[in-house]
Parts: sequence; structure tokens; C-alpha cells
Amino acid sequence: MSEPHGPAGIIVAQASPGSLPAASGVEIAVPAAEAHGSNFPPFDVHTFPSQLLWLVIAFAALYLLMSRVALPRIATILEERHDRIADDIEEAGKLKAESEAAAEAYEKALASARTKAHGIATETRDTLAAEAETRRKSLEADLNVKLAAAEVQIAATKTAAMANVRGIAVEAASAIVNTLIGTTPTSGAVEEAVDTAIKG
Amino acid sequence: MASGSVIDPIHQFQIIKIVELGQPGGVELAFTNSAAFMFGIVALVFFFLTFATRGRTLVPGRLQSLAELSYEFVASTVRGSAGNEGMKFFPLVFSLFIFVLTANMVGMIPYAFTVTSHLIVTAALALLVILTVIIYGFVRHGTHFLHLFVPSGVPAFLLPFMVVIEVISFLSRPISLSLRLFANMLAGHIAMKVFAGFIVMMTASGVVGWFGAVLPLFMVVALTALEFLVAALQAYVFAVLTCIYLNDALHPGH
Repeated sequence: MSEPHGPAGIIVAQASPGSLPAASGVEIAVPAAEAHGSNFPPFDVHTFPSQLLWLVIAFAALYLLMSRVALPRIATILEERHDRIADDIEEAGKLKAESEAAAEAYEKALASARTKAHGIATETRDTLAAEAETRRKSLEADLNVKLAAAEVQIAATKTAAMANVRGIAVEAASAIVNTLIGTTPTSGAVEEAVDTAIKG
Repeated sequence: MASGSVIDPIHQFQIIKIVELGQPGGVELAFTNSAAFMFGIVALVFFFLTFATRGRTLVPGRLQSLAELSYEFVASTVRGSAGNEGMKFFPLVFSLFIFVLTANMVGMIPYAFTVTSHLIVTAALALLVILTVIIYGFVRHGTHFLHLFVPSGVPAFLLPFMVVIEVISFLSRPISLSLRLFANMLAGHIAMKVFAGFIVMMTASGVVGWFGAVLPLFMVVALTALEFLVAALQAYVFAVLTCIYLNDALHPGH
């Protein structure tokens, strides 16, 4: 940086390390381009203007190409991907909420159906039980009536039968006595005897 | 001074004129190998980034990932150092980073010229950064930008010294920024060349030399790996420091 300008400065700088005794004489004769060869290139001020000029042009070109073309292009790609991912996540969230709502509705429907089914079953069972009870009661009543009637009839029949038995017994006794001894006993005596026998 | 033969570690930094452009105003101008490499770097970067993103695919391929990675890497560096406001300098920082990185990497190719091994180039880039800081600082904050040099909470009698120190530290920034990159690239390339030269010298001296050349060979291999690391690291350091300096322009006052 602090390199002195001008050809004279260069020659002094080169001569001082003591390269060649005849250096100053030679280098005055040769053109500047030749002299650069023995100098340390990064400190050779003669190349600075060219390097600066082309660096400015090249870097300006790079900056323009990057800021106008390449970087917006990559930014667009990244942005599109970012948006797409955000959209997809949102969509997935929406679908998840929907499916959760659907599952909840299904659970609710299932529970209400179960309750309803239970109710129907209970109701049916109660109805059927009540119906059966009624029928059983009416049947019982019916049977009781029939039983009572039958009992009355039996009692009547029995009484009648008992009455008949006495008559038959009196007749049979008088007939038996008649056959055994040839005389017919008085009906009063036979009846008395029969009654005594029935009671005994 | 190498005696003009095989081993001249300085030769690789030679500026060679390709097309002479005369001397307008007494200033020597020429299209040189350095300029050719600069334009090569610009073309390489531009074509890589556009080619890699040609598909604009949602799921990136390898090249597109690389392009996106470089974008997001620099973007996060800018955001981390200078905040979201710093993103207005993102194209500048990205251009600096990618230019320095590519220049360093291209320089690792044998026989290639390393643009960043020339002090004038790194100095120009550092000046660009510091001028951006100064100009933007004054345009944005006016004289308030000068608060950058006046640390708060310092006793009054110390203030003059502090201001002087702050000004010196500010002025030394472009120097350290440019010298760091220049010296790293220069020294690394010279070291590699010197050790590679040892191999050539030893093998030339006969059978014993072949075995002796093994050590510098290992050194060259190790140095090459190190130089790749340095090439990437210096580009990153340049970008990070640029961001930190730009942060001063955005937010003066400590």
C-alpha cells in the first residue's frame, strides 16, 4: 500500500534487497512490463488500476445479476415452498378438525342410539309383562269362575247322588228283606234302618 | 529470489497482460489474467445459480439444494448479525460472500489464478463495505451516526480517549478486513507451493530423495485440506464481519 509511485521508486525498492549489482542499469533500459516480473506481484502498483477497473466491472455485474436475477429466483422458490407447506399444514389441521368432529358426532349418535334402544327394550319388556299379567289375571279369574261353577255342580251332583243312594238303598233293602223272609217290611222301618246304616 | 527455474512460489501471483489497453491519462490499463478470472467467477456463480434453479422444483434436487443452502446460509448470517432490517443489504453480502468463496475455491485449482491473493482486490472489497457503512449510516441517521464513536456510560474525562480509540478501531476495520483475506490466501498458496517444490527438489536428487519426498508430500496433502478450509472460512469471516459492520450503520449507538 505504501509503495512509492513511479518507476524511480520501484527501482529503488528492487535495488535495496541487493539482487543484482547491475539491476538499476538494466531496469532503466527494459520496459515497465519486464520490470514487473521481478517485483512481488501483489504489491506491484502498476497492476492496480487494471485490477480495480475490472474488479469494479465484474463485481457490479455480479451484484446486478445476483440482486436482479438469481436471488429473487431462489427467494421465490423458497417462498413458494414455505407457502405450500403452510397451506398443507393448514389443510391438514382443517381435515383433522373435521374428522374429529365426525368422530364426535358418530360417538354421540351411537350413544343416543344405544339409549334409545335401551328405552325401546325396557318399554317393550314392560308392555309385554303388563299384557301377560293382564292376560294371566283374566285367565285366572275365568278359571276361578269355572272352578266355582264346577264345585257348585259337583256339590249338587253329590247331594243328588246321595239322595238317590238313600232311595236305592231303601228299595234294595226292602227287596232283599222280601226275598229273604217273604214279607215286606214297613217303609218306615226300612228307612230308619238305612239312615242308621248311612250314618254308621 | 528463485533463479528463474522450476520453483518460484511467487510466480503464481503474477499478473499477466492479455490485452493491452494503452495508458489513458498516464494510467496503465490492460485486460489481465486476474480480470479473466474475475469474469470467470461471475459467470460461474451466475450460471450455477440459474442452472441449479432451472426446474424451480418444490422438492429440490442436489444442485438446487446447494443454491438454496447458500442463499439461506447467507440470509441467516445477515439476520443473525444485523437483524431483519439488515436484509436490505442481503444482495451485497451475498455477492461479497459468493465472490470471495468462489475466488478462493477457484484459486485451489492447480495453475489457476487466485483473485483474492491480491491486496488491491481485497482492499477494494473492504472499502466497498466500509463506504457502504459510512454512507448509509449518514444518510439514514445523519449526525446521529457519529454516536457510534461515543460509547455511552463512560465518565466524561475518559470520553476523549474513548472516542479516539473508537475512531481508530473503526478506521482499522477495512485494513484488517482486507489484510486478513489477502494474507490468508497469499500465505497458504506460498506454503503449498514451497512444500510441493521440496518434493520436486528431493526427487530430482536421486533414490534417497524419493523417500525424503514422502514427508513434504504429506505436508502438501494436509495443507491442501487446510487451504480448502481456509478458503471457505475466510469467505464466511468476510461475510460475517461485513454484516457486523453493516449492523453499526443500521443501529449506531452502543
